[in-house]
Parts: sequence; structure tokens; C-alpha cells
Amino acid sequence: MSMNKEQDFGTPARTASTLVNLEIDGFQVTAPAGTSVMRAAASIGIDIPKLCATDSVEPFGSCRLCVVQIEGARGMPASCITPVAEGMKVVTQNKKLADVRRGIMELYISDHPLDCLTCSANGDCELQDMAGAVGLREVRYNPQGENHLNAVKDESNPYFSFDPSKCIVCSRCVRACEETQGTFALTIDGRGFDSKVSPGQNEAFMDSECVSCGACVQACPTATLMEKSVIEHGQPEHAVVTTCAYCGVGCSFRAEMKGDQVIRMVPHKDGKANHGHSCVKGRFAFGYATHKDRITQPMIRKSIKDPWQEVSWEEAISYAASELKRIQANYGIGAIGGITSSRCTNEETYLVQKLVRAGFGNNNVDTCARVCHSPTGYGLKQTFGESSGTQNFDSVMKADVIMVIGANPTDGHPVFGSLMKKRLRQGAKLVVIDPRGIDLVKTPHVKADYHLKLRPGTNVALINAIAHVVVTENLVDQDFVQERCEKAAFEKWTTFIADPRHAPEVTEAVTGVPAADVRAAARLYATGANGAIYYGLGVTEHSQGSTTVIGIANLAMATGNLGREGVGVNPLRGQNNVQGSCDMGSFPHEFPGYRHVSDTETRTLFENDWNVILESEPGLRIPNMFDAASDGTFKGLYVEGEDIAQSDPDIQHVHHALREMECVIVQDLFLNETAKFAHVFLPGSSFLEKNGTFTNAERRISPVRKVMKPLGGYEDWEITQLLSNAMGYPMNYSHPSEIMAEIARLTPSFASVSYEKIDRLGSVQWPCNDETPDGTPTMHEQSFMRPGGKGLFMLTEYVATQERTTRMFPLILTTGRILSQYNVGAQTRRTENVAWHSEDRLEIHPHDAEDRGIVNDDWVGIKSRSGETVLRALISERVQPGVVYTTFHFPESGANVITTDNSDWATNCPEYKVTAVQVAKVSQSSEWQQKYEAFSQQQLELLEQGSHHA
Amino acid sequence: MAVTVYISCDSGALALGAERIAQVVSREAQQRGIDIRLIRNGSRGLFWLEPLVEVLTELGRVAYGSVQVHDVSGLFDSGFLSGSPHPLFLGLTEELPFFKKQQRLTFARIGLTDPVSLEDYLAHDGYRGLNNALTISGADIVRQVTDSGLRGRGGAAFPTGIKWNTVLNAEADQKYIICNADEGDSGTFSDRMVMEGDPFVLIEGMTIAGIAVGATQGYIYLRVEYPHAHKALNTAIAKAYAAGYLGQNIQGSGKTFELEVRLGAGAYVCGEETSLMESLEGKRGLVRFKPPLPAISGLFGKPTIVNNVISLASVPIILDKGGEFYRDFGMGRSRGTLPIQLAGNIKCPGLVELAFGLTLRELLYDFGGGSASGRPIKAVQVGGPLGAYLPESQFDTPLDYEAFAAIWAVVGHGGIVVFDDTVDMAEMARYSMEFCAIESCGKCTPCRIGSTRGMEVLDDIINGRELNKNIPLLRDLCDTLLNGSLCALGGMTPYPVLSALNHFPLDFGLTDQAEAA
Repeated sequence: MSMNKEQDFGTPARTASTLVNLEIDGFQVTAPAGTSVMRAAASIGIDIPKLCATDSVEPFGSCRLCVVQIEGARGMPASCITPVAEGMKVVTQNKKLADVRRGIMELYISDHPLDCLTCSANGDCELQDMAGAVGLREVRYNPQGENHLNAVKDESNPYFSFDPSKCIVCSRCVRACEETQGTFALTIDGRGFDSKVSPGQNEAFMDSECVSCGACVQACPTATLMEKSVIEHGQPEHAVVTTCAYCGVGCSFRAEMKGDQVIRMVPHKDGKANHGHSCVKGRFAFGYATHKDRITQPMIRKSIKDPWQEVSWEEAISYAASELKRIQANYGIGAIGGITSSRCTNEETYLVQKLVRAGFGNNNVDTCARVCHSPTGYGLKQTFGESSGTQNFDSVMKADVIMVIGANPTDGHPVFGSLMKKRLRQGAKLVVIDPRGIDLVKTPHVKADYHLKLRPGTNVALINAIAHVVVTENLVDQDFVQERCEKAAFEKWTTFIADPRHAPEVTEAVTGVPAADVRAAARLYATGANGAIYYGLGVTEHSQGSTTVIGIANLAMATGNLGREGVGVNPLRGQNNVQGSCDMGSFPHEFPGYRHVSDTETRTLFENDWNVILESEPGLRIPNMFDAASDGTFKGLYVEGEDIAQSDPDIQHVHHALREMECVIVQDLFLNETAKFAHVFLPGSSFLEKNGTFTNAERRISPVRKVMKPLGGYEDWEITQLLSNAMGYPMNYSHPSEIMAEIARLTPSFASVSYEKIDRLGSVQWPCNDETPDGTPTMHEQSFMRPGGKGLFMLTEYVATQERTTRMFPLILTTGRILSQYNVGAQTRRTENVAWHSEDRLEIHPHDAEDRGIVNDDWVGIKSRSGETVLRALISERVQPGVVYTTFHFPESGANVITTDNSDWATNCPEYKVTAVQVAKVSQSSEWQQKYEAFSQQQLELLEQGSHHA
Repeated sequence: MAVTVYISCDSGALALGAERIAQVVSREAQQRGIDIRLIRNGSRGLFWLEPLVEVLTELGRVAYGSVQVHDVSGLFDSGFLSGSPHPLFLGLTEELPFFKKQQRLTFARIGLTDPVSLEDYLAHDGYRGLNNALTISGADIVRQVTDSGLRGRGGAAFPTGIKWNTVLNAEADQKYIICNADEGDSGTFSDRMVMEGDPFVLIEGMTIAGIAVGATQGYIYLRVEYPHAHKALNTAIAKAYAAGYLGQNIQGSGKTFELEVRLGAGAYVCGEETSLMESLEGKRGLVRFKPPLPAISGLFGKPTIVNNVISLASVPIILDKGGEFYRDFGMGRSRGTLPIQLAGNIKCPGLVELAFGLTLRELLYDFGGGSASGRPIKAVQVGGPLGAYLPESQFDTPLDYEAFAAIWAVVGHGGIVVFDDTVDMAEMARYSMEFCAIESCGKCTPCRIGSTRGMEVLDDIINGRELNKNIPLLRDLCDTLLNGSLCALGGMTPYPVLSALNHFPLDFGLTDQAEAA
């Protein structure tokens, strides 16, 4: 539970359109049918005592404190489980009710420690509140009676403690684990007086299936499940609503504070993306923000062989600007550029691209979305007219058939994954298209109807086969297509896709997916009422990433699964602000709002506003920058919040490029891998230290609010502004709200966005303009965003990747991520989350392992044509024979030493998901790893020397 | 021609050695070269006479009991196969007063027939109710049941017809019939006797229920402690399937009813209908709150009839002879007959099926013959472990749901457990709390914590500690349990506890009733 209590209505809201009138304590109330008497009472400010009821989970009726009397009804029904009825007359307080409630509280307290004053929940305990509310004055039971006061604490979870001696067995935690999170890790063990909360079968929390999402801690009304930070520091005293800086779900949190110290992050009930739910990262893994590795002093050095030198902000900025100017003077205007990140706020990203375009005088700006969702931007823009997902998250609750393609929501987007699982438990059908057995394929009370286990790299062939079935079996939604899509293109596409070469029976040889399963899955999606597609990087990070995105768009249009709730095409964005960084014009070819730099009208608009002449040719993409650096034509780079030296493919090539540059400016929290190649280090600020906005995967613009001062002295947007001014292009913002005002002024889809509106509504989904002043939950409802308003079918010929297995490299390596770690791990590796995942492992099928004499935990070398690295093996049937899998959260793993320079034909998004490799048992780390470790060690020493010097 | 001999296969008879007697009788006949036809019937319900050996004679079935192994050879010697006199000779079974005074409707066949013989069942009016049911509409079947005035014999006494009508009118793709055969009340055995002694009557009753409301699947939720009933039910179900009385197209009607026996796992609380359904669904036997009623959202969320064995077993005769026939038995709002089970410290324990309306005193003395110990009867507990203890002053109360309710007691499932004057009622009150503590599912607070605290408070009372504090505390706790509990387990435990306290204050160390109040 949380401080500054958000109102708890006791039971979830009901949405029935029928309204019921009743009388509670003499007051008239109107509530939707199905609403509990408890909630109806709460809605008019009558709080009925309760302990087992909380509005995040369905009522349970166990504590019995909420009994009421109802005219004409026998006995004392519990108000949490009694639905309102027309004309009902309810009494919530009288002597008889008071006696029963006091009797129940007396029983509770007869088995509860009387240590309220020293209890961690003191001041935030519902049991304490209820004892007060019912007026309990004494406990008459024999103190020698049976009790649980000596039950042993479970401290195994790094973030929260479980003290069963304080448990009142209300089952809120068990129900939260089931209903909210969907993990079913908790149960009640034993019965009667012996009933107790048990993770798994009497396991410790860490040994159980618990994923540490915090839902149980949130639901607990006592100190039984309590954040260790609260036990250590005491109750917080104020709270600030802000937005999580981890994945693209963009959960709303209340940062609960003591002064400028975050005591805990509590998921915000009113958060429209998360509705009060959280995951182990957002809920608990915020400690990195104050980690000792934070660098808070600007530093410079001439060469990467030199020790770092701590300097003043003025000196660092002026040195950086002078270097950039020197490089431009020597090598040309285009010899420098900037890279922004999906972890930055919208306002920061906007400023970086503005700095590059207006201050550097070129378009050499790119973002890490290049390496994740650039094909989404391209594919959806081409077909639908807008580079974004079509739905809000809540839409999934109206989906009947859910198709998950190359995404792993329970790990990558856990809070949305939980929502999806809730819908699946309600009976929605599920098709999973993934080479690997992700959790969704089979998890408690959820089982995929079809798991199409395709070979990595054959997405287009499979999507085409599905579309082929739709077209040839007459499952096309003709009305939708005729009315909403461009006719000629559709007809051309129909002819193309109906060709027998796309038949599942033919593609089976390529994809490895049985034709019968493809046909069945296609029929299910096309005919199962609301069909919704969710996809991730398993779609985009391929040589044909954009083609697959287009294929998905075609499929959704052909089946009419667009333009209403419950359907749509939904890219799950990896990082917090992938959508936003793309919206903000951080690609070299586009201004904010996805408008091409060559478009004179748009360019003129910006030139007039920015008071500068702008370049009309697109600038360099990230891989082009590396190539140009290696060629000696690109010498200076400003990188904000991105660790290209770990996250980009073919990392040896990247490292080489970085070494060739003369001025690499890194603005980050830590001395990340890229900073080891840098000449200027500008201390960045964490999401807790600045104001701004993030835009999540559902286009929701949510506020990021400063809860503490920036440790380095400046918010990131201020640093960019300093650099711009030093470069000679004046910027003069006093607050990010002014940047947002500029964005709104220059970007039609943001025209009505303002901080005032975000504060008022909590968040808003773009497009947000005069037509849709409160934002747009569902896109393309009446027409598509393309000129003319029609959807465009495009041809999607399958072209096999050049990355093929050979005798030398007989296995396919694919990559992914895990729940507890985030991206390159710079944040999560600096938290207790390492308790769940302390190293990247190579998943290999038992057959492939057997062939190579590999057993669990063996060190294995993974070699591709790009390089070699060494990881420990994890034998797993999640992967199919011929496919190996790893995560990329640790720099020393060198996953990107192996990945190649292959990339998407349209956007250069790297082909991270397909690399031909050989795997063999080894006894030592790879040559690259040894060299890199030495380099890394040397860089840390140079850092150490620098701070001593200062 | 072979002489027909009946020796019961009922668990009660088996517990008293009937199996051994059957073996010895067979062997003795063989050794003597006599051809007998031994039928293992259900029990007549005269348990003090078990093992009872009946012989079919020209006059009818004559009985010998209770027969011990050492009696067998003497029985043969004296010519019992022709109904000859013997010290154990009891005369015609059906002329025994205990039996003759009964009104056996539901138990019409029990003890008479071979329980698992479909032929025997059909020969004794079996499946006449179903045959009638197949010719009328579901609504008409329900109307017959409603007209009969049948109320739930499991204990709650809810009108069966109203429950059926709710399920009949519920729209659903699937409905269920559940027979609650988790007979866990102390001193009760009528469900068991039906399942062991006439399983077809239960199967027929469930089939009629299914056809009436449109439920195609039935489950008998049977307590694991009834292995003989399990076997009998499964044998009878198999025969009913084979003969087209279960499955698809029952007797050519096009109607379907599938039936399966599921075993419980030993929890008393799973006799409560909602936790029973949780258990059937494979979950912990945790009580669900109502509403929704099982009739609207029951097993797997579908409309479900949950009826007790006796309720369902009473349906065939209602459909055979009409609702009015059944309704003409009984008194007030308690219509039909009740199979009463006499147990505990009683001279003649057994099963007495009678129309509602006779008094406890008639039962205890006219049927039961007084206490087994010969000492005065001090108290009887009616309606299982959650029923009130009644003192001698209340023995003139007629067996009638409303009359019992008026004295804060319950008829329940019709079990009567008798105690003589050596019983300590404070210990019995403590036992009631202990029972609740052991059997509590742990969901609601009053029952989960209150039952354990109740034991502790009663321990203090029994030990004479602070009666002026502990007696009011016990009463307050009972109020909390009564008003606050989620189901009848916690909600009714105050019945035995408070009735013991109110009627027998001396056993609680109090000098009179005024002090107990």
C-alpha cells in the first residue's frame, strides 16, 4: 500500500450501462449494475471497514469486517461481495454491526504482534487503521493461546521482506499474484488456523516462481510484505507522480520520497498504461540513480590513452565546442554528428536534433531506434500513414485472438504482458510466432493455441503464407478493404499473395512450420472476431524487417482488424521513449512528426522558427557514421544516453570507428562502454533528476518529473543547450515545457499537447490537436493517415537473408532479453536485479549440446564470421535444434562481437536476430574478450587517475 | 430349489462382521451339500440386529440376528433355511415393530434388493419415475418436484423445486447436476445406505434432474471414506450405461445425461456446496461467497444443481407417484418423509424413515428403546456436529424444520446422536469448537481464528479460570461466528456450543442458567 493514500474503493469498477439506484445510510446512490455495495458506498464517501478487499483485485469476502445490514435480507451480508440492487436499503453502521466488527478485530489482534510503534508499517497499516475504526479497546483472549508470532521471516528477495508473523491471511497477495500479475507463484498453504501464505510449495520467495513484480507488496495491508527500503528508512513523507524510465510500457509511478531520497517507487493506480501494476525493474530497480559509479564531474582528455581530467562545466563545454568547430573547419560541416537515445525525454531528443540541424548545420543525427524499431516507422508509415502502433494497451482486453510475433511480453514488457495474460485467461485465443518457446506459449492458465516455431529469418515467408490462406480461403474482409484501402494496390497484392509460391505447403520447407498449423492460425486470426497483432524486435531486427512490418500491416488490413478497440497492429517498443525519440525528428531524414527534410514547406517552417538555413539532404545514419569514421571523413560525435559501443552490431567495427574519431562527447550517467572511447564526458541526469516527457508504445505522452536535484548539476536538456550556445547557435529555454510548446507549434500531431494538459489529464496520446484535443487512443478509426486516407497494400516478396548456416557455422544465433535486466544493463546491472540474472548465457537445445559434448554451465565459444565470444551454456528445450539464443545485458558477453553488419534493406536496422555461428566447448574466454577486458581495465585506471589528479 | 438367503453388504453390517458370516454360511451350506442362493442386499437399517440373516420362506422373509460366527452351524442344525425357530429367530423382518412403523418411500427398496442388480431394481418399481419424466417437459418435471414440497435433505432445507427452476431458466451452453455425497456429519449414514443399498435410485434421480433442467453432465462428489459406496455406484453406473439409462439417447428419448463419481479428499468443508465445487474443479476446497448462486454460476461458472443424496434419491418416487403423493406425508412446511439416523448411546440404532411430525421422544424411546447404557438420556444432538444439543425438556419437539428452528435447533440431515447422563456438556462444547478448528477451510476470519480461540476459551472455562470474563467472551465469540462467518461451518458452530451452555450450565461450572446468560 502507499502513503498519501489514494482512495481505495474496495472492489474494482464495473462498466455495465445499466444504472442501479439504492440507498446507503439514508443517502441516494447510483452505481452501474454489478458494483459492490462497498464501492457504491465509497463513491459517496462512506467507508465501510475492510481488510481483504482492495480495488485492484476481485472481492473475496473473507475478512468479514465489511458486513452491513440490508432491509429485507437475512443476516449480515459482506458488502464487498454483495452487488447493488434497485431500491436496496443499506445500513453500514449500527450497534450489531459494530459488535461483529469489533469481535473480528479482536480475533485478528489475538494473533498479531503488538509492536505497532516499532513496526515498519506504522503510519501505513490498514490493520491498525481498522482497529481504530472499529474501536477495539482490549483483547480478552488468553495471551497463551496458539499463534504465529514466531513465524520465521523470509528475507530472500533483495527488495522486500516477508514476515508471516504479521500476516492476517487476507489473500490479497495471493490474488494480486494471480489476477494482477498472472504468475500464480503464491498460494495459501494449510487450512484453518494453520493457513499461511506460501510462495510455491513452501519455498522461499527467491526459490519460487515469483518474478518480484511487487504486486503482492502493493496489495499487502500490513507489514507482512514490506519494501526493505521502508524497513530501513521509515515511511516516506511526500510523493511525486512520474513515469518509469525502463521499457516502452511507460508505467506511471509515484516516487515516494523522504526529502530528496527515493524511498520507494509505487505504481500509480491512475496510470493509464499500468493501472497500478509494475515489474521488478520499475518497482524496485531504481538504485542505479544513486550508485557509486555515477560520474558527476565533467571530464576531458586529448586522447583515449590519457587519464581523464575533471574540469568545470564551462571548460568541458567550451572544449567540446572548440573541438567540434575545429573538426568542421578541418574536415567539413558534415564531419560531425549526434546520436540521441530512446532513453532520453522527448524534449532532450528534440534539442539534440535541433542542435545538430541548426547548430552543426547538417542532418547527421540518429537515434538508437535505428537499431530496434526503424522498420516499424518505415513500414507503418508506408501502409497506414503513421509510424506508430494503432491501439492503446487497454485495447487488448477486447481482443479475441491475440497474435504475438517476435515479442516476449512477459519479459520485455512485463506489465503489458500481465494485462495480455489476464485477457488470455478470460478466454482470448493466442497465436505465438517465435523460434523460441517464450513463457506465453505455456504459463499458468495460459496456453498458446498455436505456436508457430519458425526458423529465424523466415518471418516474411510465414506472414506471406498466413496472408495467402486469408486470400485463397476467402477470409478477406471485403467491406473493410473496399471502403478503407487503395483498390489497385489491393488487387495487385491479392494476385501476388495468392500465388502458389506463398502457400503454407510450399513455405513449410523454408520456415519449418507445418502447413496445417499455418492454415489453422490464419483462419483463427481472420475469423475469430477481434484479431490483434503485437510484435517486437523479432520482427524488425532482420534484413527484411521492414518487409515483415508491411506484411503484418497488409494482414491486418485484409482481415479488417484495424480502426476499433480490440484489434490493430501494435509494436511493443523496447525502451521507454522509442516512440518519442522517433516522433521528435531524431532520424537523419525526418523533422519532428516524420516529415522529410527535403520537403520545402516543412523545412521552411523550421527555418523560420529556428531562424537558420537548414540542410535539405538527409544526413548519416548510425552505421554510415561508423563507416565514414573508418574512412576518415567523420571525426566528431555527440552521444547522449546511448551506449553504441555495446549495443550496436559487429562491435569490433564500431570500436574501430570510435578509435578513429578525434572528439567523442559522451553524455551519460556512467562511464559506459562508449565513454571508454570518449574525449569529453558530460555527466547526465537520471529520470529522477529532470523534467520532461516520455512517449510509450501506445503513443502516450507521460510526464517525467524531477524529484531530486541533478547529481551533476544540470538536467540533460540544459547541457545540450549549453553546448549549442557554445557552438554559436543560441538556445534559451528555461524549462522543458517551453521546448514542448515549440514542438507543439511545429508538429501537427502534437499541436494541442502542453504541460498544462498533461498535468490535467495525467497523460495524453498523440495525435492530439484541434480535432482530438484529448488525444487519440485508437488510430485510423475513420480513415488512414495517408494522403487520401486509404490504406496501402504493398508487395512483400520473401528474400532469404544472406546470413545462412554453413558447415563452418551450422547454428543460428538469435538474441533477446530477460525480465530482470534492461537492454545493455547499465542501469539494472547496478541494482540487486543481478540476483536473478548475473550473466548472459547461451541457450542451446539438448541435441545440439549432446553433439558437441556440452553440459550445463560449460564454457562455450560462439563463433561467427564477425568474431568470437565465450559464454556459459544453458541446455534448454525453449530453443529448437539448430538455434541458439542469448541475451546481451553484459558488456563482457560480447554478444555483438558475433552479430554481423547485415541490416534491413530499408532502414539499416541491424539483423541482430540471425547470425550463423558454431558453438564449441572451450576452456578460456575469447581473444576479443581478453583484449577488451584489458582495454576496459585500462580505461577504468585512467578514470581513477583522473579523479586523483582532481 | 435353492433357498434364498440375504446377508447385507452395507458397511454398517460389514463392520459388525457380515462378510465373515456370509462366508461361513456359504461354506457351511456347501459342506452340508445344501444349495442356497446368497444375496448381498443393502441393510434394513436395524443395526443392533446386524449381522442380520434373512431367509426367504413361504411366509415371507424371516430374520435371524444378530448372528455371530459361532451361531451359524446351530442355525443350520435348527433348520433356519425353512424359517425354523432358533434363539436368534426374529420372525418376519417386516413385522418387526422398528421396521413396521416406518414409512419407507426413499428407502423403499433398501435391504430388499440386490443393490447392483438392474433387474432387481426394475422389478421393484425402478425407473418408473424416469420413464414418466421422459414423457413430459422439463418445466413439468420441475413442477412435480416443486409440488412435492421436497426440501434439501442435506440440511439447509431449501425447496428443491425452486433451485431446479432457477437452473431450468438459466441460459447456458452447459449445465451440471452435482450430487453432494460428502456425508460427513457425525451420526449420519442415510446417504451411504442409499449409495450402497440402492445406487440406481440415486442415478435415476440425477438423470431426472438432468433431463428436467437440461444438464447433460452429472457428478457424484463422494467422500473418500466410502469405498463400498464408490464401488457400488460405479458398478451401477456401468450397468445403467450398458442398458441405455445413462449416456446419449437415454431410452431412445434423444436426451443425454453423463454421470461420473469423483472422490473427495477428506475435508468436511467440501460438503459445503461451494467448496465442493472448488474441489471438483481441482482447486483447494475453499468456500466461495454467494451470490452468485450455484444455480446461476456454479461448477466451472455454469448453472448447477447441487443436491444431497437423499434429495435426489427422493425424486424417482415423486415422478413415479406424483408430487401430491409425496406432499401428503409430513406436517406444516416439512413435506414427505425424512430418513432419520439414530446413533450414539441408543439401544436400537438404525435408520428410521418417517413422515415429518413425530417427536424426538417417540424416536428415542419407541424406536430407539432408550439409551444403550440403560442410564437416563441427558442430551441429543440433532443435525450433525453443527446441530444444537437438546435437553430432555425439548424431547417433545416434533421433527419439523420450523419447529426446530423455533427452539434454535436444526433438523439438518436427520442424524441424531444420543448421550446419557455421564456426558460432560462443556467437553462437548469444546469438541464442537475443535471440530470447527480442524475442519475450517481458513478463508473467513471468524472461523479461521475464532474456532481455535473458542477451544482455548472453553479450556479456560473447563479449568474454572475467570468464568466471569470467559463466559461473556464465549458468547461474544459465538455472536461473531454466527453473524460473521462465510459459511455454515463457522456460522453454526455456536448452535452446539451455546445450546450446551444454555441447557447445561452446571457442566460449565455455573450454578444456574441465570449465571450463564
